[in-house]
Amino acid sequence: MLRFVSLMFKNSWRNRRRTALTVVSTGISLCLLGVLLAVYAAFYFAKPSAYQALRLVTRNRVSLAVSMPMYYRDKIRSIRGVREVGILQWFGGAYKDSRDPNNFFARMAIEPESLFILRGEMSVPEDQKKTFLQDRTGCLVGRMLADRLNFKPGDRITLVGDIFPVTLELTVRAIFDAPENAEVLYFHWKYLEESISRGRGSMVGAFSILADSPESAPRIARDVDATFRNTSFETKTESEQQFGLSFLSFLGNVKAFLLSICAAVTFTILLVSANTMAMSVRERIQEVGILKTLGFTTGEVTGIILGEAVIISLAGGALGLLLASGLCVLVRMGPIGFDLFRHLAIQPRTAGLCLGLAVLIGVASSVVPALAAARTSIVNAVRHAG
Amino acid sequence: MAAIPISYNLRNLVVRKTTTIMTALGIALTVAVLLAILALVHGLDTAFAASGHPLNVLVLRKGSDSELASNFLRTAYQDLRPKPGIARGRGGEPLASLELVTVINLPSRSNPDGMNVTLRGLSGAGIEMRDQVRLAQGRWFESGQREVVVGRSITGRFPGAALGRTIRFGRGDWRVVGIMDAGQTASNSEIFGDVDEVSADFNRSSVLSSALVRATDAVAVRALIRDINDDRRLNCSAQTERAYYEQQTNSGKPVQYVGLMVAIIMAVGSSFAAMNTMYAAVSRRAREIGTLRVLGFSRASILLSFFLESLLLSAAGGVLGCLLVLPLNGMTAGIGNLVTFSEIAFDFRVSPSIIAAGVGFALLMGALGGVFPARMAAKKEILNALREG
Repeated sequence: MLRFVSLMFKNSWRNRRRTALTVVSTGISLCLLGVLLAVYAAFYFAKPSAYQALRLVTRNRVSLAVSMPMYYRDKIRSIRGVREVGILQWFGGAYKDSRDPNNFFARMAIEPESLFILRGEMSVPEDQKKTFLQDRTGCLVGRMLADRLNFKPGDRITLVGDIFPVTLELTVRAIFDAPENAEVLYFHWKYLEESISRGRGSMVGAFSILADSPESAPRIARDVDATFRNTSFETKTESEQQFGLSFLSFLGNVKAFLLSICAAVTFTILLVSANTMAMSVRERIQEVGILKTLGFTTGEVTGIILGEAVIISLAGGALGLLLASGLCVLVRMGPIGFDLFRHLAIQPRTAGLCLGLAVLIGVASSVVPALAAARTSIVNAVRHAG
Repeated sequence: MAAIPISYNLRNLVVRKTTTIMTALGIALTVAVLLAILALVHGLDTAFAASGHPLNVLVLRKGSDSELASNFLRTAYQDLRPKPGIARGRGGEPLASLELVTVINLPSRSNPDGMNVTLRGLSGAGIEMRDQVRLAQGRWFESGQREVVVGRSITGRFPGAALGRTIRFGRGDWRVVGIMDAGQTASNSEIFGDVDEVSADFNRSSVLSSALVRATDAVAVRALIRDINDDRRLNCSAQTERAYYEQQTNSGKPVQYVGLMVAIIMAVGSSFAAMNTMYAAVSRRAREIGTLRVLGFSRASILLSFFLESLLLSAAGGVLGCLLVLPLNGMTAGIGNLVTFSEIAFDFRVSPSIIAAGVGFALLMGALGGVFPARMAAKKEILNALREG
């Protein structure tokens, strides 16, 4: 069959306009499919980094909006395999005009000493780290966020609270670099605790836990929840990655949404491609008759037509992947600070899947017309009006 | 100028039925994706627009823009209740309700790990003020009891929230004693319980979330809002309940944005496919075009004829796409609400204007795909055309 490859290429390039239109249209659809699959992979198949695999998050079992007592921290610390535990308190509030989505970012109250152990992958210049540790109203800002809102050490940031009815006056003391979660502002839990005079003080929203090995992390999660079972404040502990995904599931059934769009796109490409192949085969029934007169078998003729279709859809696939990679770069540079999107790329596996799908579409779209043409008897084929 | 009869185009589409069906199906799927997104956004908008009584005024702590992030003091409620302009309920008491709003995590059918649901602690007056809320099954919760009433769409989506069963939050189990039907409003996605019981469970007996009051009339609404906003001692901000829900409509924005992008990209692909089909039609019918010209039809009428054929083809796809989406109408789904931090249920709504948008979108694809092939057909020289094919 390989010796017919040049014939397949020649055939596929015969009606240039049609081939070009088909390649571009399958390419555009496959580009869409590639990006959707990349998003899907980023959401559900991303491997946690070495540090992330060690981290767990504990929250109140009822929901994130409900807090739990601060003394839980010491109880968690005594569980076997827990290397470090620290408060992780979401501070909602508003920075400047909260109606501008660009002014939204995560603000977390933390205990600085714990944070530097929990997030060992963070790199902070030593002198900045020192001033941050010393200044109770200081804050530590991720590089991505600092670049976006142009924060520099020494800048003042005012946060007006809503969940916590206080206004915080913070000073940027340090900027950290990290491969992920670099769009966040950390500040001293102590500062927040002092500012709230009323009852909520001894309650916290979540704890971040560092396990001593990735293997012990699931066991620690079970142990933490078992410790507080049947108390007034039961907990739910999950890996940091799962914790992130739970925000996603809150947005609705993202999985079903992505998959149903992917299915619609795939089916559309199949239709476009099948249409093209049906048209081009119909035009060439006479040729099929001649090929068969020359001694080509039914199988060979089918193969040549299938090959032609695969060449066209693979070309579409390649174009689609090229476009999709470009789109991913655009998404990465985009303004929305969703950490998962910062690393959006067409992984080799996604690329393989797209090309595999292109081959399948090529075969599926041409198998019916190819078989029909190849089975036509020579006499009928040659007589065919075209 | 004599026009080529449209039946000529119709017959041609029927003769090439495989190609016609495949091209139309491609367009139909593209239209279906667009319409599904539009129906979702429309359903969501309807849910938010229907929520909130125009005479109800929602009071939050100053600086908070959602009930969830608001800390409303019980003492502020005591100061608020005697304000002038507040309507009286059936028992002669002011129609005012102190409420606690929080989020609880319940395992749902589609997500066993748990989805967020809004829990609202409120009093009898609070129920009375929500005119659209009606009891569908069971009875209302009694004050002082660990009982809840769940919204109609909650009970369908969360197996634990069925009549007679218990759900677990706060300090223990709560019995589901009733199911309420709140029409199209957001209360369908909420769980109601007695405010004192619920707030005690969450240690928030003195710091709650919000207050809802009913003004006597439209003039009193404005006066009451101004009165509350200006009252320094109260430290609260007021707005109509309707305005509060209107703000939340942007919850559908991310889905709308992604959906529109997808539909547009798919449309480019589909209009290329239509172009392919039309080019094939033109080249196959070269001799016919020549004949038509010999018969005296002008270039313009040939251009128009092929353009119309492309529009017909895409219109068929558009109608098919609408038919594909129709079963979605009335289907219930949930989406995360960025303000309440929990799910809001809504029904997909395929309205006539959405159908019109879908057919219009299909025609646009047909027009884009048809204009170049039609021009090629019109440009053919008679002699060359007759010789071709």
